[in-house]
Amino acid sequence: MRRILSFRDFDWPLLATVLLLCTISVLEIYSATLHTKYIGFHTKQIYWIAGGLLAMFIFSKIDYHKLIDWVPWAYGVCLVALLAVLAVGQKVLGARRWIKLGPMHFQPSEWVKLVLILAVARYFANLGGRSLTTKDIFKAFVLVGIPMLLVIKQPDLGTTLTYTPILAAGLFLGGINIRQSIVLGTCAVVLVAGVWTSGKLLKPYQKARLTSFINPDNDPRGTGYQTKQALIAVGSGGVWGKGAAKGTQTQGDFLPIPHADFIFAAFGEEHGFAGALFVLLLYFFILMRLIQNAQTAADLSGSLIIMGVVAVLTFQIAVNVGMVIGFMPVTGIPLPLMSYGGSSVLFTFLALGVVMNIRMRRFVN
Amino acid sequence: MDSGRINRDEKLSTLKLTMVQYGILLMMLALAAGLWRLQVLGADNYRLQAEQNRIRKVPVLAARGKLFDRENRLVVDNYPSVSCFLVREQNRNVDDDLPLIARGLNLDLDQLRATLRRYRAAPGYQPIPIKQDITADEQAFIEAHRNELPELETIDEKRRLYPRDGFAAHLIGYVGEVSEEDLNQTRYAAYEPGDVVGKAGVEETYDELLRGQDGSRDVIVDSHGREVGYFGLQHAIPGQDLKLTIDIDLQRAAELALGSRNGAIVAMDPRNGEILAMVSRPSFDPNDFAVRINRADWNQLITDPEHPLMNKVIQAQLAPGSTFKILMSVAGLQEGIAQNLKVNCTGGWGPYGYFHQCDRRHGPVDIHNAIAYSCDTFFYQLGDRLGIDRVSKYATAFGFGQKTGIDLPGEQAGLMPSAQWKLKNYHNRWYPDETLDVAIGQGAVEATPLQLARIIGGIASGGHLVRPHVVFPDQLPPDFRKALLETFPGAGDAEFTIDPENWTIITDGMADVTQPAEFHTAGSAHLEGIDFAGKTGTAEVMSHGVSSRMAKSKSLLPNVWFVGLTPRRNPELVVAVLWQNGEFSYYPARIGAKVVSAYVEKQRRLANNLQPTKAAATVEMSAVWTVPAPTPASGSAARSPNQNAATDRVQTGRFLVDHGEIVAQAAPASAQKPRAPSGPGPRTTIASSVPAAAGKGQ
Repeated sequence: MRRILSFRDFDWPLLATVLLLCTISVLEIYSATLHTKYIGFHTKQIYWIAGGLLAMFIFSKIDYHKLIDWVPWAYGVCLVALLAVLAVGQKVLGARRWIKLGPMHFQPSEWVKLVLILAVARYFANLGGRSLTTKDIFKAFVLVGIPMLLVIKQPDLGTTLTYTPILAAGLFLGGINIRQSIVLGTCAVVLVAGVWTSGKLLKPYQKARLTSFINPDNDPRGTGYQTKQALIAVGSGGVWGKGAAKGTQTQGDFLPIPHADFIFAAFGEEHGFAGALFVLLLYFFILMRLIQNAQTAADLSGSLIIMGVVAVLTFQIAVNVGMVIGFMPVTGIPLPLMSYGGSSVLFTFLALGVVMNIRMRRFVN
Repeated sequence: MDSGRINRDEKLSTLKLTMVQYGILLMMLALAAGLWRLQVLGADNYRLQAEQNRIRKVPVLAARGKLFDRENRLVVDNYPSVSCFLVREQNRNVDDDLPLIARGLNLDLDQLRATLRRYRAAPGYQPIPIKQDITADEQAFIEAHRNELPELETIDEKRRLYPRDGFAAHLIGYVGEVSEEDLNQTRYAAYEPGDVVGKAGVEETYDELLRGQDGSRDVIVDSHGREVGYFGLQHAIPGQDLKLTIDIDLQRAAELALGSRNGAIVAMDPRNGEILAMVSRPSFDPNDFAVRINRADWNQLITDPEHPLMNKVIQAQLAPGSTFKILMSVAGLQEGIAQNLKVNCTGGWGPYGYFHQCDRRHGPVDIHNAIAYSCDTFFYQLGDRLGIDRVSKYATAFGFGQKTGIDLPGEQAGLMPSAQWKLKNYHNRWYPDETLDVAIGQGAVEATPLQLARIIGGIASGGHLVRPHVVFPDQLPPDFRKALLETFPGAGDAEFTIDPENWTIITDGMADVTQPAEFHTAGSAHLEGIDFAGKTGTAEVMSHGVSSRMAKSKSLLPNVWFVGLTPRRNPELVVAVLWQNGEFSYYPARIGAKVVSAYVEKQRRLANNLQPTKAAATVEMSAVWTVPAPTPASGSAARSPNQNAATDRVQTGRFLVDHGEIVAQAAPASAQKPRAPSGPGPRTTIASSVPAAAGKGQ
């Protein structure tokens, strides 16, 4: 028997939480751009959110199995797009990340994320939960590794890194055993060390960025500057914050890109420990809610898709907030649902659309 | 339709999902802990850093005190000046703008690039000074390019404006940025790098008073250092204006009299030690130092063999030559030897084997004509009888070999040899023959022009010796005055009573020096109608060893001296003139005479309340007067226009006036409409270019 798909099955609490975060985001973007040339970006963000919501509803109507069926094609398109970026992309600040299509600027590497989530879910769902062979693991690596190599060529270290949790989540949930994970972990360490010392794959500025967070005072005007200013912003916020649009670090332009990558620092300065903790709780609720949906999903592929989304979101929150409070290097990874940026907003809402889709189909047949 | 695709048997293990949940919880807790550490534990520290980030103390520069002459005429002023800075912006690459900037500001492009390179490591908010004291054109360029070149900023400053052509430059000194070595000294403890301090002359000595106290403004800035607001303003306290003892008129006369000769002139009032004029040549332009002096000019200044930066009045230590004979006369007379000494000058004297020459054969000489003749033979014998100990005792008592204690930096003490001095420095006893050289101001004796002015002025004042100074002490705070005496120790004020008879003999002798007569050394400097006394001096520069090495050159010519007085007893003015390698001692005497006559003429003018003679030709003046009777009241050339007038009438007219006398009537007088007088006759400004500011604002 078939049930009619109904929006009653939509995850309304999740959507409400997401929209609350978006509201906070828009207000903070407004505050952070008040005295900069980015003034007015909050309205743009509202348009992006509206567009995201629309896309989310559309995606929630498409059966995710169809999406999984389409994934090989989408994967191919992604590779072509990434190659196109390298070939004809717009060069901004020394990196080719965008393709210009008419008035729109596309950053394909964001879309690749979604496709990869689906592709990895499809791959491991097809394996059917049996224990993985070395060959299976190698194939998974190739699946994720090819787009990673193309993105790191742009160069876009931050986005490249966001692909890794997709693979990690797939492997972990797809049935890797302890021995294999130890071997993989060792390989990863060796690989990272190799990349670090080879001096070719990472550019010097990337390396400097990755290390300066450990002691920003060593180079307070160089790469440590952003870290230091973010720490001052967050720290000076205190428990209750300086008040909306009153953060001296944010308003005085000391904090770098306070509406995008460093929006959490701006928010932490103006709303203090209380505000920051509230936002973290919202994120925690969203993630828990997503995991619950993964549990109730009708099949393995649905669960794996949702867990892929969870992995990406968790990774981005950890890295972005960690960067702002000095735990992590400055990598240019946006905070989902908070940072300004169309690609990031659209990705998150599309991912949520797929999640809703899975949730709505949990009782199907 | 999808049913076939769904396989409900394949599920994620709940254990793994729980592990993921705990993992996320752990991550959240870690992030919350990080936030706690920053926002709760570190809040105070970070709040402080945030304040330091955005609040900057911007100094409000205090205007430096002005300098006036003794008649309150402005000598050193400040002028507003604009400096250009380059402010680096994070998201703007200024390299492309540099050619345009260099063109607009008339800078060398490579030099500009080098300047920027030097500041590359400096914090981004720190503005880079690229040009000081920019012109109006350059300012207009910056204004016109505000949009294209937002990185250019201008800052208003006050700069020192000194008289031109090195006028009184050594006395005034100059200012410059405090050097790093200076900052380590205790006296510069309160100064910060970049502060402007006096580097020489009055600017240095009185820096503490002149500099005032900078105020400050607490400015709120953004990360580019741009001001976005301010709170808290501490006003600057302007520096104290100082009144110098110099008289611009006399200073100018002295500057003109010395011309471009390598030497020095100092004019002092020996009654109180006020320096009326101080000239040292060659000179320099202190304005070059007000804006940073360029390296080439500086190198030229410090390598010039004639030492332009040296204030020769207080720093040239040279053999005083025959001017020393005044001191010898005092010693000889006070000891009762000179009165009875009669000498027949046959061209020299040499009792110890070496024949010491006199430049003439003066014949019979005694103390009454020895000074006017400057007869070496007489003073050889006088010195021989006195012996070095007594000569040295008198010389030291009058201040030879000691600083005078003038309130200018870098004064030199000169040297007065004695038997003891020779023993200490040469480990050898004094030979009586050496006393003969000392007696005519040669040998090891060294003195500065200022010392000679103080000593000879003091002797002519009956032994009343004074501490020379260039700033009136009554305007100084008591603490500063006291510190000044400690900073500039010296012979200072002293009294050495000379017997009136002896005093008369010496002063008369000096008066004869400028009387035209045979053997009188400065007869050609005679001033008619002025009681003008003095003493010449010629000091050989080649010592016995050096003469062979230095072939015929100008630097072999003797240094010549003159110390002039007016009047001869209790003088109002003493002038010491030094001309290095000037050859003949009547040259400096004539220079001194010019200064003396300038002084006397001015005093006479003042006494008669007359305008200076240089008040140029005729001056047109208008006047209003009443005519009580048909005949004009005054005996002037004005004619009465209306003979029939029975009553008093208001009358106006214009006259040409020359030297206080009416020479002609310029315009026909009009009877009916009395016109307002067109103001007093043009006042002649004496100061070279700077008008006197009447009231100084504090």
